Amino acid sequence: MANKRHVALGLTDDDVLEMYRTMVLARKIDERMWLLNRAGKMPFVISCQGQEAAQVGAAFALDRNVDYVAPYYRDVGVVLAFGMKAEELIASGFGKAMDPNSGGRQMPGHFGQKKNRIITGSSPVATQVPHAVGFALAAKLEGKQFVTFTSLGDGSTNQGDFHEALNFAGVHKLPVITFVENNRLAISVPYDKQVASENIAIRAKAYGMKGYKVDGQDPLAVYEVVKLARERAINGEGPTLIEAETIRLTSHSSDDNQSVYRSEEELEEIKKNDPIILFGNYLKEVGLLDEEKIKAIDDEINRQVNEATEIAEKAPYPKPETLYDYVYEQ
Amino acid sequence: MAQMTMIQAITDALRIELERDENVLVFGEDVGKNGGVFRATDGLQKQFGEHRVFDTPLAESAIGGLAIGLALQGFRPVPEIQFFGFLFEVMDSIAGQMSRMRYRTGNTEQAPITIRSPFGGGVQTPEMHADSLEGLMAQTPGVKVVIPSTPYDAKGLLISAIRDNDPVIFLEHMKLYRSFRQEVPEGEYTIELGKADVKREGKDVTIIAYGAMVHSSLKAAEELEKQNISAEVIDLRTVSPLDVETIINSVKKTNRAVVVQEAQRQAGVAANVVAEIQERAILHLEAPVLRVTAPDTVYPFAAVENEWLPDAKDIVAKVLEVIHF
Ligand SMILES: Cc1ncc(C[n+]2csc(CCOP(=O)(O)OP(=O)(O)O)c2C)c(N)n1
Repeated sequence: MANKRHVALGLTDDDVLEMYRTMVLARKIDERMWLLNRAGKMPFVISCQGQEAAQVGAAFALDRNVDYVAPYYRDVGVVLAFGMKAEELIASGFGKAMDPNSGGRQMPGHFGQKKNRIITGSSPVATQVPHAVGFALAAKLEGKQFVTFTSLGDGSTNQGDFHEALNFAGVHKLPVITFVENNRLAISVPYDKQVASENIAIRAKAYGMKGYKVDGQDPLAVYEVVKLARERAINGEGPTLIEAETIRLTSHSSDDNQSVYRSEEELEEIKKNDPIILFGNYLKEVGLLDEEKIKAIDDEINRQVNEATEIAEKAPYPKPETLYDYVYEQ
Repeated sequence: MAQMTMIQAITDALRIELERDENVLVFGEDVGKNGGVFRATDGLQKQFGEHRVFDTPLAESAIGGLAIGLALQGFRPVPEIQFFGFLFEVMDSIAGQMSRMRYRTGNTEQAPITIRSPFGGGVQTPEMHADSLEGLMAQTPGVKVVIPSTPYDAKGLLISAIRDNDPVIFLEHMKLYRSFRQEVPEGEYTIELGKADVKREGKDVTIIAYGAMVHSSLKAAEELEKQNISAEVIDLRTVSPLDVETIINSVKKTNRAVVVQEAQRQAGVAANVVAEIQERAILHLEAPVLRVTAPDTVYPFAAVENEWLPDAKDIVAKVLEVIHF
């Protein structure tokens, strides 16, 4: 039997199966949203596809009972791991009242759920990073034992907010993990037109923090480095910048057409790095899955997504009269 | 002449100016190979090369700031801000820097920059992709704020904006990009900035609007016609500086006015128009000048955006109020 890497990391067989299921669930919710979009039922979709291993590996390394996450729009895997439900995600795509992020007031993919410590965010990229640093400063000021995790894309690291936030975190040695999901594209603009440094992780040095680059298609590798960063943060050793190298399998969003700027060959090539297949292979190698079990998981999750879709489709839209609510305290 | 959508007319204007003046540069997020997320710059990089039409990193403050540097070196930058909701990321460059360039240098420098940006509601893109933020810009002396409502106007106004020696914020309503086609002349022509256009003549009431609301106003005018009310529709085209003369001349003729904006009510362009009318033509008025606007809430959820946005029905109702005052 192959080397059980997960055991060496302190993960049980159940843990890794749960990670796999979460990745598959994220993928299937996303696929369903595209179907609904193409059927004209959902105005907009922005995807996690290709990045599930990075997201789930990172989320499982956090303490999901106390830590906070300030995710970005692709992080279906992160928010599922932090307790958001399939039907809630689909309802948010429809803009239904039951959308936990905003009651249908925000774009889909703009996550926020107070009870699950998912920090609300909005459209302008990288704005979540200083918010996360604010959470981390609060933890330090109040002596609270939690870590704040924030994520963003590679292109978004070029915003002033990223620099200002990481600099502050470095100066004050704050318990915050900044996780860059580097899929080497920002809509159509490739990495080399975005960033001149050879990778993003080395930017950490300039902020006086640790920086790590990790294979984002391997949830165990991601788990390991995020776990380490969390320990350092909790021990008062300061912030960490982590770059997970990953892939974007879909167009940027349902409003984009990647065939304008990506070749057929490239799209074929990246499919070989599909994290769900790769992690499935690992789980097969260590004897936790076989074709039959994979099919059983797929069937079970398809059922779950069907049920979630039904709940979300039936749920009411926000009432027009609630339009005026919550501009100010009432 | 060719039939063009507004987006095609915009691309055409950019192409003409890139061809005519080698100092014109087009840049922004995804404007190169991708041709812009709305295809406004489609084919331009291929035609003019990467040194004239280029992708920037995802960093609006840098886009605005480097436009200023280029402008001070004699270029005519035409940057794109991908959605105007991301104005806030480039706000200092606009309101703190380029708008004051001429003034603060005692006229020794100028910033001939045209910032193009899509905005506006009705296409199911809530949350900072649909806001009408022209009011913030109109409160900024030193920038001109242009909002076309037709393909013909878009082309002529954009060419003028690029040739203008002061910074221009050129706002393109997303709903109008592909909603209809119009005859647009080939080759160059300009439309003077700061000049409104009477889009429909009438004698009983003046409806003043801009952007997508021009079309709602024209629709309202048709409805009113059926009730024997003759409405004049003025398209501001430039919301700052305002063409007060055209507005006042019309109001002096019709003695009644309704001002329409898609933006929320408070402190908006419409309020400014109303104030100008009261100050200059109060003795010509038979009724108070009323406004049709969105309510003072954050841009709402998609499910109700059409209810929230002002429409022809709202305009008809307001016109009837001033007619029957
Ligand atoms: C401040 C700001 N500018 C522009 C946009 C439009 N936009 C949304 S996502 C995106 C690309 C982001 O790329 P990256 O950070 O690499 O993340 P990815 O989408 O590749 O995961 C852009 C330009 C935005 N949301 N916010």
